Amino acid sequence: MKAIRLLPIGNAEIGIVRELIYPLQKAFRADIVLARGNVPLQRFYDPDRGQYNSTSILQYIHDTFIAREPADTRRNATYLAITCSDLFIPILTYVFGEAELNGQVAVASYYRLQNELYGLPPNRPVLIRRLIKESIHEVGHTFGLVHCLSQACVMHASTYVEDIDLKGEEFCVECERLMRRPMTI
Amino acid sequence: MDKQDVGILVVDDELIVRESLTKWFREDGFRADAAESAPEALRKLRDACWDIMLADIKMPGMDGIELLQRVKDLSKDIIVIIITAFASVDTAVKALKQGAYDYITKPIDPDYLDHLIAKALKERSLMRENLKLKNIVSEMVGHDEIIGESEEMKKVMEMVRTVAPTDTTVMIRGESGTGKELIARAIHNLSPRRYFPIVTVNCGAMTETLLESELFGHEKGAFTGAQYRRKGKVELADGGTLFLDEIGNISPKTQMDLLRVIETKQFMRVGGSEVIRSDFRVICATNSNLEQAVKDGTFREDLYYRLNVFLIQLPPLRARRGDIAKLAHYFLEKYSKAMGKPVHGFSPDAMHALKAYHWPGNVRELENAIERAMVVTTSSVIEKHHLPVHTASQVPCPGKKLEDVERMHIETILKEVGWNISRAAAILDIDRVTLYHKIEKFGLKRNR
Repeated sequence: MKAIRLLPIGNAEIGIVRELIYPLQKAFRADIVLARGNVPLQRFYDPDRGQYNSTSILQYIHDTFIAREPADTRRNATYLAITCSDLFIPILTYVFGEAELNGQVAVASYYRLQNELYGLPPNRPVLIRRLIKESIHEVGHTFGLVHCLSQACVMHASTYVEDIDLKGEEFCVECERLMRRPMTI
Repeated sequence: MDKQDVGILVVDDELIVRESLTKWFREDGFRADAAESAPEALRKLRDACWDIMLADIKMPGMDGIELLQRVKDLSKDIIVIIITAFASVDTAVKALKQGAYDYITKPIDPDYLDHLIAKALKERSLMRENLKLKNIVSEMVGHDEIIGESEEMKKVMEMVRTVAPTDTTVMIRGESGTGKELIARAIHNLSPRRYFPIVTVNCGAMTETLLESELFGHEKGAFTGAQYRRKGKVELADGGTLFLDEIGNISPKTQMDLLRVIETKQFMRVGGSEVIRSDFRVICATNSNLEQAVKDGTFREDLYYRLNVFLIQLPPLRARRGDIAKLAHYFLEKYSKAMGKPVHGFSPDAMHALKAYHWPGNVRELENAIERAMVVTTSSVIEKHHLPVHTASQVPCPGKKLEDVERMHIETILKEVGWNISRAAAILDIDRVTLYHKIEKFGLKRNR
């Protein structure tokens, strides 16, 4: 059985991270564990852009945390890092998250999921709902799932926060089927 | 089109750009790959089919604009999006002028990239649809163009334009490969019947009973194997044109049936009793000596006069050598497009060989020679050695009559294939029955 390690990084609020445990457990039928460990975010900061390089963060977690896993759990461990920092991949202006496709590491940021960023009053339940969807979406990529055309499916691509609000927290029938197929890592 | 069927190639000298974009597209379900330089991209474009290419404008060696030009030579319908580090109107305009679909500046807004790719795919699907429709239309209205600026061809085209609007029966005569069917289609396409079909029957390729069934159709159970009722070509040509190719090779019984249907425009299906009417125009073609056949009593005189109302005589290619270069370039362009090979022309030696050869198989032989040269060439021009060996030198001919040339060519091909009739007929691009007729006519014998 796959085990998902939830790893708060930077100044991620632990209360928000805890809200992800049950939805992830439900979505993936996997053991969800709160992991501890230091990820030196400053190392991945780009001063020109004022953002953090998510690809480098993934690489760091893979090289440090996955490598440190005991041999018997290494194959089944998936790390989902949660941050409140703004992420980017070099070619794009921003990303909500990034994952190794068919891999073991994912990262999701709730920086751009906050209403405040768009001039609206803070709304914690909305923020958590958005982060749940983004977290399931990124972990879905580690299961080999690609973006889904179904607008209700959690694997539907979201480039704006409104897109996240429109889609659901669940996989469509086809993505659910693909996720349950035997995996080879 | 499924996303996994869409191929996106990312060309950038920066590893991080290649990695992040391919990963982004793969997560989106596309088939994505990357190339770190323009030459590598060109290699990948030759090896596989790509729908969209994103290329950085600044790369060492060949830049994005030059790559764009080369890519457009290889494939006209690939969508190229140029990536620039900063928005420069000059470069953007230059890229768009060269045929780029759009340009994006780094870093890219993910939402913009999503929309751009979706828009590009929609465009590509429309382009493909358009191409498909164009092909259907070109299939309906004709195949190749009639190429030729020689006096002989100008006269032919004038006759075509004169006779096309009338309903007169036309007989087209000329050696094999001179383009008789092309002329028949041109007449049909310029006639008021052009919105109806032109139906071709190759009379030389069928036995008497098969031709009868082909022309008039048959009722269910008319003969063994006739499990369904089938419409004949005469019925299918209703409103349009019936093109009877190799008319000189039909049996006396079919000649009589044909004469009756041409005169009355009525017929019955094989095994049927219902009289069917069909309104069609007849165009026929032959390269046999029908006058001699009438004299010999093998071709009905009344049918001959019924068919030979308006005669168009097509000149052999050797009689219009001035058209060889133009035709050769036309076929070169046609096969260059079809094969996706950017071949631009002929070496002086190759062109000289093409012009010097006597082309017994006429335009069809020239087309086959160019197609074959296009297959074997690896350079951007056709060289003399790419042409089929026998086109490269003038073969001495024992006589001066056209028949002598035809006889010698058939004999050469038969020897080349060890008298395998099927293979020889395929090379000569005539049917086996016609080949047998010619062997008999020229008294050719196999030397064992």
